[in-house]
Amino acid sequence: MNERLRLRPVVNESGIEIRPVYTAGDVESSGGFGFVGEPGAYPFVRGIHPLMYRQRPYTMRQYTGFGNPADTNKRFRYLIANGQTGLNVAFDLPTQCGLDSDDPLAAGEVGRVGMAVDTLADFEIAFDGIDLERITVSLTVNGAAPQLIAMYLAMAEKRGYDLAGLRGTAQNDILKEFIGRGTWIYPVEPSVKLVGDTIEYCARHAPKYSPVSVCGYHIRESGANPVQEMAYAFCIAKAYADEALGRGLDIDEFAGRLSFNFNVFGNLFEQVCKFRAARGLWAKIVKEHFGATKPESAWMRMIAGGGGGGLTYEQPEVNIVRGAYYGLIAALSGAQTMALCCYDEGYTIPTEYAQRISLRTMQLLVEETGLADTVDPLGGSWYVETLTNEMRARMERTMAEVDAAGGIVKLVAEGAIQAKVSAQAHRMQRAIESGEFRKVGVNCYRSEQAEEHEVQLHPYQEDDARRQVESLGEIRNRRAAADVAAALAGLRRAAEAGENVMPAVVEAVKAYASVGEITQALAGVYGRYREPLRF
Amino acid sequence: MNRPIKVVLAKPGLDGHDHGAKVVVRALMEAGMEVAYTGLRQTPEAVARIALEEDADVIALSSMAGSHLPFCEKLKPLLEQAGLGGKLWMIGGNLPRQDHARLRELGFRGVFPSSSRLDDIVNFIKANVP
Repeated sequence: MNERLRLRPVVNESGIEIRPVYTAGDVESSGGFGFVGEPGAYPFVRGIHPLMYRQRPYTMRQYTGFGNPADTNKRFRYLIANGQTGLNVAFDLPTQCGLDSDDPLAAGEVGRVGMAVDTLADFEIAFDGIDLERITVSLTVNGAAPQLIAMYLAMAEKRGYDLAGLRGTAQNDILKEFIGRGTWIYPVEPSVKLVGDTIEYCARHAPKYSPVSVCGYHIRESGANPVQEMAYAFCIAKAYADEALGRGLDIDEFAGRLSFNFNVFGNLFEQVCKFRAARGLWAKIVKEHFGATKPESAWMRMIAGGGGGGLTYEQPEVNIVRGAYYGLIAALSGAQTMALCCYDEGYTIPTEYAQRISLRTMQLLVEETGLADTVDPLGGSWYVETLTNEMRARMERTMAEVDAAGGIVKLVAEGAIQAKVSAQAHRMQRAIESGEFRKVGVNCYRSEQAEEHEVQLHPYQEDDARRQVESLGEIRNRRAAADVAAALAGLRRAAEAGENVMPAVVEAVKAYASVGEITQALAGVYGRYREPLRF
Repeated sequence: MNRPIKVVLAKPGLDGHDHGAKVVVRALMEAGMEVAYTGLRQTPEAVARIALEEDADVIALSSMAGSHLPFCEKLKPLLEQAGLGGKLWMIGGNLPRQDHARLRELGFRGVFPSSSRLDDIVNFIKANVP
């Protein structure tokens, strides 16, 4: 063979070898076109709606929040005025970890990476003047999700919205917090029980509200490959569904309100096929494993975007280009909602300027590129259909391995998934440092000059944190102490009795009990998580 | 000296991003060092206590969520009081360049911002361990 024609093998991150040319025969031998179907029909490989973006483009929802609720409300209004169609709320770490702003452990962290929230009063300020019917709100909170979901429902009710029709999403995926991201509070089992409580409560009281958004996103950020990202997320989603079924709910009562959050960085075709494969696989699980009969129960509704793991510290302005490709991937993949990490996120939480570039990127894809003109534009490509089949087979295999080893809850509690993911993160880091896995600006096309590029840093306002602590103090003085004590005692009783704690959490929130007080009441019964550290 | 280099690697504060920390743990172990990784949510008091208990040669922090300066300001006197002033203190993570001088002034001789190479971290420890 001619020396020049000897091609180097190409293997994608999921371990699938990519052929230089694909034909109809490759589709056939990988499983054929049989699983593809039509958009809006089972198994929804091509999209969950028949007309997708022709009917309505994806929701644009940048991850936003910092300082106190008044600061964040201003940024929300800025983004809405600039055409954003949803909100994705970032909370500071004390809030996410169930600590009040005046807790000694919160010192230096109040309002730093998200908005500080202590009581219902903060939600009243944060969402003031925002039309909750027109703008759907996603709350990025997990460990403290029961409190924050309760606050959202209480705030909406107070403003006169009918909970029967209220839409919105909470992330509330605690199992992935043990794998990556780390805002856990209680041990694994009661944490899963609390997710079940929120699903059950919402199914009965706020049936249009999405109480859980299962995240492959952060598992991928922690080092998982695209197949593991989806397989682990689906194992987790199944664990929550089992928990909800254990409450006597029917799969069709809640499956349609489960949603997903996935990552987009990496090889474009591998990503698009990942989403197409996963959409078909989730539909199959919901229909065949759980026996759902309503078509929408089998929809893999998703936010796809972010891509932080693919962005670089080097030559940060090049991340604007990466972000555009990540948006392209999400749009080609039929995402219901999109968000993009900003170019400056290796340095800072994004500035208003960086947020606007990301928002304009998502708008440009709809307005200028024709991406919203037709459904699943890559469908039917021999390469894309073959890779979709291959990715689905690998996802199923990975899920079967998890089940055979005892199931996702057990493996997470033991730290086994965490060890697998961090071993892979280490291998990838070595591959980047050796140049085997190419990153522009990092291990090729480096530019010493560009390293001098100064990113404008988002300033941390100590005064805003101080004001937050003061206003919490004022609320503690103003509220009816007896009502708070009674509500917290009721919450403890519900937790001890193993009941659904959500009704008691809602009562406590309405009495202006704080995030930290509610956490303490629950931790008094459930205990606190200790990390299993395995390498 | 026969004993391997002993590193305590801690995740300060409430930051839950442990991708980088865990990758560094593996790299240090691969280089023959003994690593006590603390896991998430360590207070300055806990870091000083663990470093003392583990008889660490190197005390390393991994911080991604921006609270490195207030944390290190609290940690410095605690490490000194524990008699660990002579050990090698290091920090890595999301550390804006404008903060590097202050971190060095606080006694963190190794400052490794995002994008640092694993071998550079390993070599720095080998060259500077007391």
